[in-house]
Amino acid sequence: MFRVEIGKALRRWRTWLLAAALAGVPVLIVIAVKASPPEPQAAEDAPPFLLQIVQNGLFAPLTGLAVVQPFFMSLAIGLFAGDAIAGEAQAGTLRYLLVRPIGRAKLLGAKYLSAMSLTGALLLGVIVSGLVAGGAVFGFGPLPTFSGTTLSTTEALVRVVGSGLYILLAASGITAVGLWISTLTDSGPGAIVATVIVAIASQVIDQIPNLHVLHPYVPTHGWLGFTGLFRFPVDWSGMRSGLTVSTAYTAAFLVLAVWNFRRRDVTS
Amino acid sequence: MTFAIRTTALTKRYDDVAAVDGLDLEVERGALYGFLGPNGAGKTTTIRMALGLIHPTSGAVEVLGETVTTDRGPLRRVGALVEEPAFYRYLSGRRNLESFARAGGRGDDTRRRLARIDECLSLVGLTDAADKRVKAYSQGMRQRLGIGLALLGEPELLMLDEPTNGLDPTGMREMRQLLRGLADNGTTVFVSSHLLAEVEAMCDRVGVMAQGRIVAEGPPGTLRGAADRVRIDVDDVAAAQRVADRQPGVSILSAGGDGPGVLRVTLAGDATPAALNAALVAAGIRVSALVAERDTLEDVFLHLTEGLDVPR
Repeated sequence: MFRVEIGKALRRWRTWLLAAALAGVPVLIVIAVKASPPEPQAAEDAPPFLLQIVQNGLFAPLTGLAVVQPFFMSLAIGLFAGDAIAGEAQAGTLRYLLVRPIGRAKLLGAKYLSAMSLTGALLLGVIVSGLVAGGAVFGFGPLPTFSGTTLSTTEALVRVVGSGLYILLAASGITAVGLWISTLTDSGPGAIVATVIVAIASQVIDQIPNLHVLHPYVPTHGWLGFTGLFRFPVDWSGMRSGLTVSTAYTAAFLVLAVWNFRRRDVTS
Repeated sequence: MTFAIRTTALTKRYDDVAAVDGLDLEVERGALYGFLGPNGAGKTTTIRMALGLIHPTSGAVEVLGETVTTDRGPLRRVGALVEEPAFYRYLSGRRNLESFARAGGRGDDTRRRLARIDECLSLVGLTDAADKRVKAYSQGMRQRLGIGLALLGEPELLMLDEPTNGLDPTGMREMRQLLRGLADNGTTVFVSSHLLAEVEAMCDRVGVMAQGRIVAEGPPGTLRGAADRVRIDVDDVAAAQRVADRQPGVSILSAGGDGPGVLRVTLAGDATPAALNAALVAAGIRVSALVAERDTLEDVFLHLTEGLDVPR
């Protein structure tokens, strides 16, 4: 079932469109920085990675990940998880899958794994295109950390890939929420939009200092924790709380999704 | 005797309305069973419950001797078309069948289905269109592909909801022949329809559903009213009316009222169209046409519900 899901996604234009959009982000950043290097006085407004990109191509995939995460990745999760059941219901194919027969819990499991894998593949695409574009234009070199120390090129590369992995794992919670939303409606677009809204609202709440009491409870909490990988010593606290929250959300919403999907009448 | 489908007091309520109301239905193995009823009679809800898509409010449904629930049942041995067929529009017909074959199921079951794709495509006449995207299919082609999908697992039981929808007359005839052939080879075929003539033409047994219940059941011929209607075109309606009136078992419905020279009668008891014709000809009346008028499903319902609801 998992293989079928991946195969179906790979034959849809929208998957490739999204992949192209995401992979294009680091390329655009590289081009923009090459065309007009940031002025020193702009330093205070610019995102932290952007300033150092001129020194090192390794910043391109990192900046790409940071730029892609808040919106494009939310959209991807909407498309892969939010649309998972609702889209099949809308197309009418859900009933034919279920009478194949495939158990409802098993179907949800395959949908969840394929959504995570596809999101992971998109993030990998961002890293690869960033490395290619950044390496070609700026070359690679040792990477300065926020703490003033320096990482060797190899070590920096490992941490870039580690950032991608963390971003994916931190997104597992919202992916489960999207899957649950998907079992609530027979409208694919409705479920996609609802999932994207939840993901973005959750990030907004997580950024507003006045709402700090809520922070540990939103599904996207700690999404930016991967920046801790670029401190010396590595700051695990953000990532630890991010993974705790996403794991709790994954468990809770997968259970909810299975429970709801199993008791539901499929009338689509 | 094990049944292909057996429901006991099967009920599905939506709020206060019972879509299916204490349904007891028995479909014998190997039969070609026609499931008739107007829209909203509860046919589709019944089929969805038999396929584990909808939870019954109460009662039970057994398919091929096993109780169906939403998570298990004998569905591997069942092929189904539920309402209209549905496919991944961005995939070709062949890839759609592959996707469904690979979705769920054990390895041997999947391999068996994959190996049958070409055969099923040719059975429903889609070999040439197999590699076109379903997006480009006509409604009739989608309907055929839906039947092809239902046949993929060599099912012991086929449950088809309105299988001739969207087919042209040739396609309908081919479909009837295909289903008849499957039934003759031992597959139980359960077909829902709102077309009485279609069901009569191919089914061994018919159940009529109305308002969530079976209101009539039996071989197709027994469904119509006891009296047969005959339309006779004659040269002299008034004389023909006098002759017909004297025949036992013949009652006049209209004489000239449905067109010039048209006499319509019902025949009961021993009266036959042939005897009436002979009497008319013997009286010197020229008969240019004699047509048995078939009841439509509406007539059958009128007849059945007359008996049920309003005793007269």
